[in-house]
Parts: sequence; structure tokens; C-alpha cells
Amino acid sequence: MSRETALVTADWVAENINNPAVVIVEVDEDTTLYAQGHIENAITFNWREDLQDGLRRDIISKEGFEALLSKSGIANDTTVVLYGGNNNWFATYAYWYFKLYGHQDVRLIDGGRKRWELDARPLVTAVPTRTATRYVAKEQDLSLRAFRDEVIAAIGVKNIVDVRSPAEFSGELAAPAHLPQEGGQVKGHVPTAKNIPWSKAANEDGTFKSQDELKEIYTAAGVDLAKDTIAYCRIGERSAFSWFVLHELLGVTNVKNYDGSWTEYGSLVGVPVEIGA
Amino acid sequence: MKTCGARPGGPSTDGIDLSKQTVIQGQILRDGSSDSVPNGTAVSNGHVRLLDSTGEFTAEVPTNTEGQFRFFASPGAWTLVVQAPGARVEKKIVAERGNATDLVISI
Repeated sequence: MSRETALVTADWVAENINNPAVVIVEVDEDTTLYAQGHIENAITFNWREDLQDGLRRDIISKEGFEALLSKSGIANDTTVVLYGGNNNWFATYAYWYFKLYGHQDVRLIDGGRKRWELDARPLVTAVPTRTATRYVAKEQDLSLRAFRDEVIAAIGVKNIVDVRSPAEFSGELAAPAHLPQEGGQVKGHVPTAKNIPWSKAANEDGTFKSQDELKEIYTAAGVDLAKDTIAYCRIGERSAFSWFVLHELLGVTNVKNYDGSWTEYGSLVGVPVEIGA
Repeated sequence: MKTCGARPGGPSTDGIDLSKQTVIQGQILRDGSSDSVPNGTAVSNGHVRLLDSTGEFTAEVPTNTEGQFRFFASPGAWTLVVQAPGARVEKKIVAERGNATDLVISI
């Protein structure tokens, strides 16, 4: 995987809006944005309702992913193009799902909804109708996904990268600052984790920094990318963003996203937690 | 345009326990005023970034249809960066718990 295959530009999207081999999917943190306006012919996934199993508090199953893509008119050979608000957080989260379940051709719009809006490109409210397919997913590729016991075992052994803001890492805040500061879990971080906020990889307009700049972010923080790496945040979407940077843009293959993230780890009984910068 | 009698600023804080939350919020308007009261058009396609006292990115939200935004932060110094098509404005603020910081930012 490389930057050339993982990212598309807004111009590329504009030229492929009516390409029948392409399905554009918007995935936002604020799920009301799509209804206010979206790229022509784009469909949307609701990250909470479509991508998560609320009862089991887990990502949707293989069967659930197959049902979602089938009703969305996405086939196994479709080129899926993802974008979203908030610097593509949930678009990269959805991208990680597509890779986890073995989809061949999935891309991300560099800069996402923000760059599109700042460029004053057109948004429409018409919702496209798509013909259902019979999508067949692969079993989860667990080389992309870390679970809690693996994180505990990685303390002091593997690279653990906490991609939240410094205030969340230190234990000052419990959640990103645009969300209410609530939740029963303790604050802090996994011992030996390095705090490399996801935002360091993004330019102010939401596009990704250059390859050299992206590498420098990790090497300057003392991360040896030859070692296995686990990324986490609070609920697994910002760490999907950083996973995307490492695995898809920089081509580092031994990187996993811990989607349980601090919501799970910070609620476990008897695990080590550090506070402070 | 703001409707008659409406006070420019962020969304209602009804339902938010301001004794526990440090709220930074406001409204982004295109330039315009009447009797020194900002009354420009609400910027509904803006983005507001919150940077901490060291300039580190902390959060970002898009403005709503009224041009409004809100952050839940912690007490101290912060910088807001407002972006909209053709505009970029920075504003330094000091937030405190108990009193919402409510801003009107014209671009």
C-alpha cells in the first residue's frame, strides 16, 4: 500500500462522480452533516449505527459488514472512496474496516470534507439510490487489529502509540475537547506509550503532510518502526487515522489499531495506568 | 442575518452543568454590524480549531447552520483558529470553569 493508491484528490473525485465502478461514502462524526449536504452521488454510513454493534460494544461482524455493503450497492470489485468531516477521522475508521474485512480497492479523499468545503466545491442534498449487491467479506485480518491482552503484553516491549491530545494523554481531559468531559473510566494512558497526537500528521486544511514529514513525526518521537506498533485513542477512530498514516501512507506493515482503546483499557480492573505527560 | 431580538453568540447552555464544564463557544459571522452589535451573515461552512497554550492541536468542530460552535475544555489559555472559504482568523482566549466563554467572531 502506498500514498499513490490510498489517497485520491478532490479533482479525481470530481472526475469520477458518475463512474459506475466507484462508490463514494461519507462517514462523519457529526452524523447530521450528510443530510445538510454531501458530494454528489455519495452515500453515507452512520459510524454508530452501521459500523458498531451497540449491544456487544464491538465492531460489526463479518455478516453485518456484508449486509451493510450489500444494501449499499457496493460489490467486491467496487472502488470505494471514503471521506468525512473532522479531518477524516471516521472515514479512516471505515477505511480500516474495509481493510479488516479484505476489500480490495478502497481510497480516501485527501483533506476530506473540510478541504472540499474550504475550496467551496459543490455539495448536494439528493440521496442516490443504489441497486443492492451480494457482498462477500473475508474473515477479519487480525494483523490489523489489537485486543486488550495484547496491549497489556506490549507494555515495555512493542511500540505503543497514544494518538490522543496531550491533555487526554496526561489525564487532564477524559475526551476530545469538543465533547462533554464525562465517562466513568479513569483518565491517563498505557505505561510506556508515546504520545504522538493524530493531528501532527494533518495540515491545517485537513490534508496529510508529506511523506518525509510523516516519517519525521515518528522518528523524532523515538519510535522504532522496525518493531511492532499498536495505536490507540479513546474509541478507536483517531487511532484508525494514525494507523492509516503508518500502514497505508508510509507502508509500515506491522501496525495494529486497538479499537477498544481507552474506553476499554481505562475501564479495566487491575491494569497499570500512568498519568502525567 | 440574526433575527430581531436574538443575541449573537454560541448555542444555548441550557442543560450544561457549567459548574463542572469549561465551555468555550461562539458564533462566526461575516463582517457586519449595527450600533456596534455584530449582525453579519452566519458562517455555516466554517471550521474552528482549538489549540492549547503551547499551540498544540486539541480539537476541531465545523460550525452549525447558525455559524455556532462549542468546545468543552479545561481552564486556561487557548487559541481558536477560524477557517472558512477565503478566511482565516486566530483569537486567543482564557477559559474558566463556571462561566462559559461566549464569543462573536467576525471574519
